[in-house]
Amino acid sequence: MAEGKTESPGPKKRGPYISSVTSRSVNLMIRGVVLFFIGVFLALVLNLLQIQRNVTLFPPDVIASIFSSAWWVPPCCGTASAVIGLLYPCIDRHLGEPHKFKREWSSVMRCVAVFVGINHASAKVDFDNNIQLSLTLAALSIGLWWTFDRSRSGFGLGVGIAFLATLVTQLLVYNGVYQYTSPDFLYVRSWLPCIFFAGGITMGNIGRQLAMYECKVIAEKSHQE
Amino acid sequence: MTLTERLREKISQAFYNHGLLCASYPIPIILFTGLCILACCCPLLKLPLPGTGPVEFTTPVKDYSPPPVASDHKPGEPSERPEWYVGAPVAYIQQIFVKSSVSPWHKNLLAVDVFRSPLSRAFQLVEEIRNHVLRDRKLRNLLPEHGCLLLSPGNFWQNDRERFHADPDIIGTIHQHEPKTLQTSATLKDLLFGVPGKYSGVSLYTRKRMVSYTITLVFQRYHAKFLGSLRARLMLLHPSPNCTLRAESLVHVHFKEEIGIAELIPLVTTYIILFAYIYFSTRKIDMVKSKWGLALAAVVTVLSSLLMSVGLCTLFGLTPTLNGGEIFPYLVVVIGLENVLVLTKSVVSTPVDLEVKLRIAQGLSSESWSIMKNMATELGIILIGYFTLVPAIQEFCLFAVVGLVSDFFLQMLFFTTVLSIDIRRMELADLNKRLPSEACLPPAKPVGRPARFERQLAVRPSTPHTITLQPSSFRNLRLPKRLRVIYFLARTRLAQRLIMAGTVVWIGILVYTDPAGLRTYLAAQVTEQSPLGEGALTPMPVPSGVLPASHPDPAFSIFPADAPKLSENQTLLGEPPEPGGPAEGAQDSPVPEVTWGPEDEELWRKLSFRHWPTLFSYYNITLAKRYISLLPVIPVTLRLNPREALEGRHPQDGRSAWPPRRPGLGGPWEAGPRAPGTAQAHGDVTLYKVAALGLAAGMVLVLLLLCLYRVLCPRNYGQPGSGPGRRRRGELPCDDYGYAPPETEIVPLVLRGHLMDIECLASDGMLLVSCCLAGHVCVWDAQTGDCLTRIPRPGQRRDSGVGSAFEAQESWERLSDSGKGGPEEPGDSPPLRHRPRGPPPPALFGDQPDLTCLIDTNFSAQPRLLEPAQPEPRHRAGCSRARDGPGYDFSRLVQRVYQEDGLAPGPAPALRPPSPGPGPPLTPEEDGVCPPEKGSPSLAWAPSADGSIWSLELQGSLIVVGRSSGRLEVWDAIEGTLRCSSEEVSSGITALVFLDKRIVAARLNGSLDFFSLETGTALSPLQFRGRSSSPASPVYSSSDTVTCRLTHTVPCAHQKPITALKAAAGRLVTGSQDHTLRVFRLEDSCCLFTLQGHSGAITTVYIDQTMVLASGGQDGAICLWDVLTGSRVSHMFAHRGDVTSLTCTTSCVISSGLDDLISIWDRSTGIKLYSIQQDLGCGASLGVISDNLLVTGGQGCVSFWDLNYGDLLQTVYLGKNSEAQPTRQILVLDNAAIVCNFGSELSLVYVPSVLEKLD
Repeated sequence: MAEGKTESPGPKKRGPYISSVTSRSVNLMIRGVVLFFIGVFLALVLNLLQIQRNVTLFPPDVIASIFSSAWWVPPCCGTASAVIGLLYPCIDRHLGEPHKFKREWSSVMRCVAVFVGINHASAKVDFDNNIQLSLTLAALSIGLWWTFDRSRSGFGLGVGIAFLATLVTQLLVYNGVYQYTSPDFLYVRSWLPCIFFAGGITMGNIGRQLAMYECKVIAEKSHQE
Repeated sequence: MTLTERLREKISQAFYNHGLLCASYPIPIILFTGLCILACCCPLLKLPLPGTGPVEFTTPVKDYSPPPVASDHKPGEPSERPEWYVGAPVAYIQQIFVKSSVSPWHKNLLAVDVFRSPLSRAFQLVEEIRNHVLRDRKLRNLLPEHGCLLLSPGNFWQNDRERFHADPDIIGTIHQHEPKTLQTSATLKDLLFGVPGKYSGVSLYTRKRMVSYTITLVFQRYHAKFLGSLRARLMLLHPSPNCTLRAESLVHVHFKEEIGIAELIPLVTTYIILFAYIYFSTRKIDMVKSKWGLALAAVVTVLSSLLMSVGLCTLFGLTPTLNGGEIFPYLVVVIGLENVLVLTKSVVSTPVDLEVKLRIAQGLSSESWSIMKNMATELGIILIGYFTLVPAIQEFCLFAVVGLVSDFFLQMLFFTTVLSIDIRRMELADLNKRLPSEACLPPAKPVGRPARFERQLAVRPSTPHTITLQPSSFRNLRLPKRLRVIYFLARTRLAQRLIMAGTVVWIGILVYTDPAGLRTYLAAQVTEQSPLGEGALTPMPVPSGVLPASHPDPAFSIFPADAPKLSENQTLLGEPPEPGGPAEGAQDSPVPEVTWGPEDEELWRKLSFRHWPTLFSYYNITLAKRYISLLPVIPVTLRLNPREALEGRHPQDGRSAWPPRRPGLGGPWEAGPRAPGTAQAHGDVTLYKVAALGLAAGMVLVLLLLCLYRVLCPRNYGQPGSGPGRRRRGELPCDDYGYAPPETEIVPLVLRGHLMDIECLASDGMLLVSCCLAGHVCVWDAQTGDCLTRIPRPGQRRDSGVGSAFEAQESWERLSDSGKGGPEEPGDSPPLRHRPRGPPPPALFGDQPDLTCLIDTNFSAQPRLLEPAQPEPRHRAGCSRARDGPGYDFSRLVQRVYQEDGLAPGPAPALRPPSPGPGPPLTPEEDGVCPPEKGSPSLAWAPSADGSIWSLELQGSLIVVGRSSGRLEVWDAIEGTLRCSSEEVSSGITALVFLDKRIVAARLNGSLDFFSLETGTALSPLQFRGRSSSPASPVYSSSDTVTCRLTHTVPCAHQKPITALKAAAGRLVTGSQDHTLRVFRLEDSCCLFTLQGHSGAITTVYIDQTMVLASGGQDGAICLWDVLTGSRVSHMFAHRGDVTSLTCTTSCVISSGLDDLISIWDRSTGIKLYSIQQDLGCGASLGVISDNLLVTGGQGCVSFWDLNYGDLLQTVYLGKNSEAQPTRQILVLDNAAIVCNFGSELSLVYVPSVLEKLD
């Protein structure tokens, strides 16, 4: 993500004069904002992908503009991603098992690319039936988790997010906010939980990576004090 | 289990052999790989280029019938007809190509006449065509009224001949809809004329005087009969005599789907992610010669493996139906750069002193298992994907399998070879750099690569001070910002480049907008060749009535606007052009030949490929994914005689300023006053003038800004013109911006008094103790630089007493001492005041090697830092004990010292530095201070030591000295008296730690002795010279009796000699040649951990109060450990060769190595931030003043660096002599004074005031 890249601070980015200003809450806020924008951006792009294939139907004439169609979608996704991205390192800290697996930006980028690829596949690849599509995407999502996360907390959180988000989507669709073209799982598509799961893993990955810098800054500060 | 292990072993062996092969024959293997890539990519040439360009297919006109709707073509005949050739086309297009000229040309004729009357014939033709339907009775009921669109230039005048005749400015009318901006799509003029603009000839300045245009008929259905009759009739009416056009083929043009912005956004996003991935991956490549070269090789590996897989797939008949551009990023991500990075890291981390071949092979074989495992996993995943039985995914999987295999192939052959070349280059460069220190070694020394050795002699690094920085993401602009910005501009030459780019673009636009022809040409070229085409058609204002009115239904109207008119004009037909006509003047020009060549056959090809989509888009019909059929053109030749041309003239034409054409003049014939009409007809020459003017202005601007730029940021910024003859300009230390900070010259406090090179330094902030090769120990006041005490080499007296060749040195000392006053005259027989002990009997040294001037440096810091002029070590019979450790450095060191020792009694007093000899170098202040103290105690001591000093520690007022004989001595620093000593063990003390009341001595045999210092009375903090000493270091009053008691001995702490010893926070850390570190608790000398992780002898250890332990070894690696848990936190491959010293701040780890590099690492992540290239031989001299100030030594100077940003802040020159010695050691004192060790001198430097300001 463009935002992710520009916001990735090098270790030297926070000199002494910045770190003296940077309190913990400020840092939390910065991370939240970064995650929010990443989420908004991803939501816009992926939504576009879905709209192109007429997977999602929004009430007004959709194709006209991606921004005017459903203004509430990107902010919601952004907020959700910020929450998820902050939640992951927080849970890591509380569980006392710092996440050490592949803590590099290149790995995070790879993860994001695979996530977009899963979305791409869900929108563009023509499957015979929905079960097949859902199973494939589920396998891909689990593969994503195995490749980039491999932590139990990550898996649990991902499943929880997927469940919650699907529930929310069901409610939204039930209340007629928008709808899916060919619902096969109550009111939504059956691959939706997989997408949410993969999204949760991805945002958690980004959030952890961002949190690594915060940890370091705070560690630095505590050393200085 | 055993099967796995056997497999593992086999794989590792295979990889090892493969690595040897690759490194042995790099060039043939690279050539072979390149050939393989080319061979596999060959089938790609047959594939159509991706993009939205139209695709053509040609069928013969004869027996043409529209293809059936249902696709009945079998997959067995792919070449027969394209897949899109199904069903009827969107439209059939019949172009009637008219070429007309006025002949014979008459000189009375005006330029307008070239096209006015030929264009007027268009109306005639249009009506002719329309009437053709009505003329043929048989066709009338056959053809529908609607179903055909007719376009001609006449549409500009609403197909009304009267309007045309009333129009005074034809060109203005034609060009009125031309867009003024850049427009690469088809314009209205192109649409109506049907020929590219430059072929139309409707211009005032054409020389050919021939007008050509087309009348375009668009049919919905194909009526062979009607078309045939139309063709026959038109050919009959307007015969083209020399026409050779063959009208036999029908061209079908298929237009691809157009890509909209909305479709591009996800694609662009994936590509952005891809590039971010590549960026973050390649950033991790480190410790190689050319980082970018390897990154490029990695990317090339991945890309060409993809190309290979595409090529292979096509070769075996798997035509990719997926959109390549879309799946490409995912493929790269799937294949990944990880293997490449892992390979690089593994190879780099092999021992550097191995041969390149072996390094490559070892690196490969150590990673072979994980590589194979990963590959098997990926293949398995893809296999699972293949069984989803979804065609798209299957295809992707198949593709990915081929891609993976070819990627593996390339990694193994291509990348490994490139890596081996790189490593070899790096080794060469490394040898280059290190050679001067080794060059003096006798050739008998076994050198690993003697063949390469000679080559290095010529080259020497020209810039001693270069600082290499990490990519800019690690750096931040900082105050002063103004300077930063200027540096940035200067570094990137941004201003110059921007200006140049701007000029080029401006000129390009000027040339491009020139309507004289380049633009249209380019427009055609660009749009034909651009793979994606323009994203969307720019809507063009289409005046009502110009184009035939569009109907909402897709059917075309046959007679657009004025259909009722068609019946009137039948009389105009059939007037054959009559050549000749009344001779109204001399034919003063050659008759323009109306010729038809093969290039006219398919003139539509020269149109923009957007021509037809644009035309149809005006009728709200998209051609995307559909095709049209172009019928062969019908050539029509019109010859007009001048009389007709004159008749057709508009009354204003005569009055207008277009002069009659005089072809004889040759030049452009538009001279003369211009009518307002010409303003629209962009004059060629004006444009050229403007272009030339613009070019000149641009160049002037460039020059001006260049001058400004030179003035603003001169390259020699901040270099005062001082100090000639010290350093050449080019050698000035400078940082990444090419910025050399102001150099200052301050007069350091030079502490002289040592006769030979100073090896040991110790300080507690107040006092400074130094010890030279000759065995003297001097105690200095760190504040003033006064020499407080001198403790001479004890053995000296003995030697002189024996009467060896030490006389020379003895005389030097006497001379130097005599400069300070007479009291030393008794010399050989000093009054033994404080110690009743006499000199030990000489018999004691009978079996000992003569170690009199054996002084070791701080073992942990500089095990291998030899002087350049070190001769080959010679073995002595007596030093066998020191040789029991095979570790190279220690034995070498000892040998060196032995050898020095051996030389000393020999006939080589010339080894003694002659310069610091007699009195003159002593500064007056020293003279003033020293004698009072000198007189009393200095030589009062008995020769209490029977070995040279190997280690030295100072705390409070006590000096702890460890000698090679294994004797531990505690001296009083102020009074110079020996307080106590201990010599239980005869193994030399290699390192000492003196902390609070504990002394820990590490010995050569690997044992560790813990002493505790007990004073007779309670410690009474003594005011020393009016200043309070630091609370941590108690000052022992001289009246106390100090006893040193051995509390504990760890007999075999290490298997091999202990080389590094540090203590802090209640822990003691030892590092040894047996590759391990041990952590002891200081109180009870209990061993807590044994840390293993280095693959070479430990050379240096750092521990501080925060329990962070860092260690560096001969393997060039730095390990960070957690002292509380004994776990390894991180492991960095830092240097080529030994790590010579190591220190930490709260955020970084600073290491220096034998490669004369100082590297700064991020402490928590282990990422290298940047490195500083040091002067030769100054590698280990570094010190940290505060958390963000680093001092490094150079050739006669010290440099101050900002630790956080890697900026060179200041360089301070010490002393004036032109050939300065390298700084070998830097010791930072508490009061921000720096002690540098230049040979036999110490320099006390206070941190310059500039730096204090910055802090």
